[in-house]
Amino acid sequence: MKSARTPPLERVTEGMQGLLVWIDARFPLSKMWREHISEYYAPKNFNFWYYFGSLAMLVLVIQIVTGIFLTMSYKPSAAEAFASVEYIMRDVNWGWLIRYMHSTGASAFFVVVYLHMFRAVLYGSYKKPRELLWLLGMQIYVALMAEAFFGYLLPWGQMSYWGAQVIVSLFGAIPFGIGETLVEWVRGDYFISDITLNRFFALHVIAVPLALIFLVIAHLLALHEVGSNNPDGIEIKEKKGDDGIPLDGIPFHPYYTVKDIMGVAVFMAIFAAVVFFAPEMGGYFLEHANFEPANSLKTPEHIAPVWYFTPFYAILRAVPDKLLGVVLMAGAIVMLFILPWLDKSPVKSIRYRGWIFKLAVSLFAISFVALGYLGLQPVSAASTLASRFFATIYFLFFLLMPIYTRLDRTKPVPGRVT
Amino acid sequence: MIKNGLIGVLALGALLLSAPSFAAGTDHAKMEPANNVLSNVRSLQRGVGHFVNYCMGCHSAKYVRYNRLADDLQLSEQQVTDNLMFVGEKLLDTMDIAMDPLDAGRWFGQVPPDLSLIARAKGTDYVFNYLKGFYLDPSRRNGTDNLFLPGASMPHVLWELQGLQEPVYEAIIDADGNVHKFMVGFEQVTEGLLSPEEYDQFVRDLANFLEYISEPVKLERQRLGIRVMLFLLVFFLFSYLLKQEYWKDIK
Repeated sequence: MKSARTPPLERVTEGMQGLLVWIDARFPLSKMWREHISEYYAPKNFNFWYYFGSLAMLVLVIQIVTGIFLTMSYKPSAAEAFASVEYIMRDVNWGWLIRYMHSTGASAFFVVVYLHMFRAVLYGSYKKPRELLWLLGMQIYVALMAEAFFGYLLPWGQMSYWGAQVIVSLFGAIPFGIGETLVEWVRGDYFISDITLNRFFALHVIAVPLALIFLVIAHLLALHEVGSNNPDGIEIKEKKGDDGIPLDGIPFHPYYTVKDIMGVAVFMAIFAAVVFFAPEMGGYFLEHANFEPANSLKTPEHIAPVWYFTPFYAILRAVPDKLLGVVLMAGAIVMLFILPWLDKSPVKSIRYRGWIFKLAVSLFAISFVALGYLGLQPVSAASTLASRFFATIYFLFFLLMPIYTRLDRTKPVPGRVT
Repeated sequence: MIKNGLIGVLALGALLLSAPSFAAGTDHAKMEPANNVLSNVRSLQRGVGHFVNYCMGCHSAKYVRYNRLADDLQLSEQQVTDNLMFVGEKLLDTMDIAMDPLDAGRWFGQVPPDLSLIARAKGTDYVFNYLKGFYLDPSRRNGTDNLFLPGASMPHVLWELQGLQEPVYEAIIDADGNVHKFMVGFEQVTEGLLSPEEYDQFVRDLANFLEYISEPVKLERQRLGIRVMLFLLVFFLFSYLLKQEYWKDIK
């Protein structure tokens, strides 16, 4: 059929198209590409806050790829773990870069995810019909906390050891003998030991990442089913053109792919600045005490979890009773889960809400940051008092939400995005 | 009501910011900066000499390989073999020592820690100040204590070089008539082989070397970082232009 004089490049193109036809007859490749990328219509008014979803995906990929390479040289045993990390830092080709990318990636993951979550709060992205999308996101967040916690034990430094010791022992607060049994079951021993390290390694490299990937896929599927929210909190699907395409929607590819690439460039510049010039980030990303090998006989002067856990740690320490502290700490996360049902406002976006919600969100953000700071500091009378104050604001933001979102005077929402 | 709440937040914020300064000052002695320069290879070469001669009797640096040291410190393998390796080590070996931890525990009360990462765990300034902070204290088993690590089990190994110093106290009587003694400085009681300036340089070179071994790749990492940042800047410019090109038809 084809003449022998067809140019080679054209023949390759035809061949590729033939291959695609062959695949599409057997697997919905083009269909998936259209549904999720080239014909997924996203609102055209995304702003700064909308970079963090794709950035979270990027960090997940960074963590998985660097994690695989770290696993090739890391030894999950109490006798060898610390030395194997130093081996990676000194003797493995580019090991230092892979390790710093992984350690910086852990903190970057939380920075990006916290901003992503705050975006949802600002624009009401958790409200109907996106409750399940939010719940899946919250599960990702909890899985991420577990992943970070298990991973932090692996370098087997002093802070790895004692941080794990403190956090695992929290479960011991559960009464009726359940707590103590549970703690022993988690550790697999009477103290944090080689056995604990080995099982945390298994959880960190297989169990939790599998759950994370599954949840991320579910999160994306749920997003593409209901469609993206936007800074105006308007459902773009309600105003469609004759072609059935939302009037305010633009195809994700190429518009948001090229925009997100720009976001990736900025993010990578900040990420690289940390990796290459401040991998310890002044002790916040890699704690100084973690450069000392774990020693079960020597408790460090000051044990603080890594910064992304400290808001919850501050709530825990603010309560004099250990059990109640653990309950409140868990409650602080439960509050986020039930957020879609606490918010009774008729509008989604903060742009069309009244002053009460704006004030409440501001106080919430301030108290979250303040708790994060307080959780890093040694306990003092003043810090305990401040922690109680900010923890109260944190909880009141959620508990009073059904009341103040009803009272709040909202503005009329425009029909089309602005 | 809400205004009061806001003022409360601000007041507590101010309290928080001032809180850390309370904690400092009281029991942590003031440290002077080491002022070492990591890129000064001569200083690192002197430092490794001091380390092998004065520290490695008891302290290992078991993650540091001799051949890496030769490369980074611009020493030939022959120089390293002749000057730094005394008990038949191989160039691929790490700077480990033969002292039995059990013996070490019996002799010093605790096992002298490996120093590969000490500058990273404690800070280079700490190492510098620690080595200058030994003072005579007859109540201690070694006859000395350390200002920066009270109750240190390490004897003043460098006493011959520094000489010995005694603490100078200042007493403050508070409103209730209680006397508080504060250590305000040291007074030299015996001359050392080195002048105070020479001793500072000796300790600075040693601290510099310890900083180097705590992260041998540090300078290379920073050099590479500049190139990566330049690449990302160019990448950003192109990604920005690409985005502008695609988005110009979106109104």
